[in-house]
Amino acid sequence: MGRPEPHTASRRKHPRRRQVALGMVAVIASSLLAACGGGDSGKPTLTWYINPDPTAPGGFKGAFGQAGIAERCSTDEYTVETELLPQSATEQRIQLLRRLAAEDTSIDLMSLDPVFTAEFADAGYLAPVPANASEGVLQGAVEGASWDGKLVAAPLWANTQVLWYRKSLAEAANLDMTQPVTWDQIIDAAVENKGTVGVQANKYEGYVVWINALITSAGGAIITETDKGADADVGVDSEAGTVAAGIVEKLANSSAAQADLSVSNEGTVIPYLGEKASDPGGFMVNWTFIYATFKGGDEAVFKDLGWARYPQSVEGKESRPPIGGINIGVSAFSENSDLATQAVECITSEENQVTYAIETGNMPASEAAYDDEALKKQFPTDLLELFRESIETAGPRPPSPYWNTVVSAVLSKWHPPSEVDEKTTPEETATFINAVLDGDALV
Amino acid sequence: MATGAVTAPRPQASDRARRAATERSRGENRLGWKLVAPAVVMMLLVTAYPMFRALYLSLYKYRLTAPEDREFVGLNNYLAVLTDSLWWIDVGNTVFIMVVTVAVELVIGFAFAMVMHRLIFARGIVRTSILIPYGIITVVSAFAWQFAFSLNNGFVNGWLPLVGDDFNWFGSKWPALFAICVSEIWKTTPFMSLLLLAGLSQISEDMLEAAKVDGATWWQRLWKVIIPNMRAAIMVAVLFRALDAFRIFDNIYVMTRGAQGTESASFLTYRQVIEQFELGIGSALSVLLFLSVMLIAFLLVKLFKVDLAAARQEG
Repeated sequence: MGRPEPHTASRRKHPRRRQVALGMVAVIASSLLAACGGGDSGKPTLTWYINPDPTAPGGFKGAFGQAGIAERCSTDEYTVETELLPQSATEQRIQLLRRLAAEDTSIDLMSLDPVFTAEFADAGYLAPVPANASEGVLQGAVEGASWDGKLVAAPLWANTQVLWYRKSLAEAANLDMTQPVTWDQIIDAAVENKGTVGVQANKYEGYVVWINALITSAGGAIITETDKGADADVGVDSEAGTVAAGIVEKLANSSAAQADLSVSNEGTVIPYLGEKASDPGGFMVNWTFIYATFKGGDEAVFKDLGWARYPQSVEGKESRPPIGGINIGVSAFSENSDLATQAVECITSEENQVTYAIETGNMPASEAAYDDEALKKQFPTDLLELFRESIETAGPRPPSPYWNTVVSAVLSKWHPPSEVDEKTTPEETATFINAVLDGDALV
Repeated sequence: MATGAVTAPRPQASDRARRAATERSRGENRLGWKLVAPAVVMMLLVTAYPMFRALYLSLYKYRLTAPEDREFVGLNNYLAVLTDSLWWIDVGNTVFIMVVTVAVELVIGFAFAMVMHRLIFARGIVRTSILIPYGIITVVSAFAWQFAFSLNNGFVNGWLPLVGDDFNWFGSKWPALFAICVSEIWKTTPFMSLLLLAGLSQISEDMLEAAKVDGATWWQRLWKVIIPNMRAAIMVAVLFRALDAFRIFDNIYVMTRGAQGTESASFLTYRQVIEQFELGIGSALSVLLFLSVMLIAFLLVKLFKVDLAAARQEG
């Protein structure tokens, strides 16, 4: 008698439980379907994975940076929505590659760092971009968006490094900054005037940006024949490699080196240029954003801020400044790749590049955009011209699917900078890169 | 006779008792197995598959972004790792961090455990404040210590005598390892003291009283009564912490990212698998890491000569 009771009781309860359960399933399923379906209208949503933009200035209304472009490029046919990637380029690469290796269909468009574009293209993760995407684009930016002789992504903006300095210090050192200067000259000038030379030398990709610029400016390359993948030719052990190592060695062992040289990055070098007019300041190689940073700082320091072409590695040999930026790639696994390709045209249009440059200080990849009146109002003419020329003649990092491996190998021999030796480091690096690419050594 | 008469039935009784006991313990054992079976099956499903998969992948040269180039290389990945100086440097770093942090934590943790055990007033507050660091996420504590040691915005240089204001803690290997160890010790000493406190509270007050009555000094009571009786608890604490410390990752990831030769074995594995997408050699590294952890556990159990099953029943 005791048993049937709970049995019937539970039987009575079951239908209600089942109803509740079914109800919950229906709610969850409908919300999931709504999330996947891209709204009621059936209009497809293109998901654009973007790198973080600088923070919008106070008082800015509406969508900023790439989110703003996404809004402007949404049409009656599709909506472009953004998803934020991590801050560092390395982390962005990791997240995108892992998703694409799993053939994730939720990515339609992505903002790619030029140095990793080749790797994505080589792995077959990029769908073709509009054929005309390279028209009117500065040469340096086109090189960073190409692989195997073909344009594989559309450049949205291009970044470059120039030499930023305190005019007062250059004057005190009798340096004629209207003429190209060499690394030797600025290191000596800084040493004599108790100033510093700011570079990026933490154990990260940014340090290889510097090393690569030193080597390309001296007429060499870290690796060549990159289309051979892991069998690429290693060119560090060369005269150019020795010149580059010599410059790193000289700076690291001089009083012009900043105290945190071995952990320095784009941000840590800024205060050394001087926070007030009485600081000795110095020189610094850094990206284009520095102008906006100092514009918002101390007025006297800003007035004393000068800019010049990236220093030469070898006197008389034109420097090849670093180039960065962002390319827009279309995922090969996108379910809306036709629409995504259409969206790329809008995203990288000249108007959007100009608006983006005005908002964020990230320079356009399109040559014509530099003549835009609105942009000219934002930056001094000579600085804009310097940026354009610098991008045009930049020395890109070699486009290679193995670039990340090469970077790790270079870093393990060149970091910390104080241990770089022009006599041994280039040779050791070359041997090590070869061993790593052959799979014979860990990096 | 009387003694014999009394003692004679005893073995029979104890035999019966033992039989009954073995019967019962066997039954308990069976029940125990049945109770843990679902968990064991589940664990095997979620851990055995990835483990065998790693073992399988470790025999291939395999880059995630180039799956069609996958190639069987047998034990070559292991050979490459074991003959590479980077692996041995990283293992050396890992062992150094493990030995230093566990040793320091054992001493400080023991002192904390004594304080928590002996405290008469404000027990709750003291115990809570000792345990707070353990409640903080490792990444957060690593950032906090990185800022503290940072040359630009840290306070350590200003506080320490004999250290210049422009001393870069993350500029070379040993100071950077020191900073990493400090963060690790600060974060996990409370865990150690918690485990030791459990051992401490198991020591019978009678034994301590007896030792006191026999004229043992505080030092003698510590070394002859307290520590020997806490051997199982110490062993559990050291084992847990040593295995944890051997797998150190977060602190290094946040503080140095392996720069200045401060990389640990698990950081190396992370870089190969996650950054380089080299699944083959990365899997070989994870298998080696797993074997190292097993070896450390085995050595520690042998060293302390503690039967874990017996240790469990001591309480």
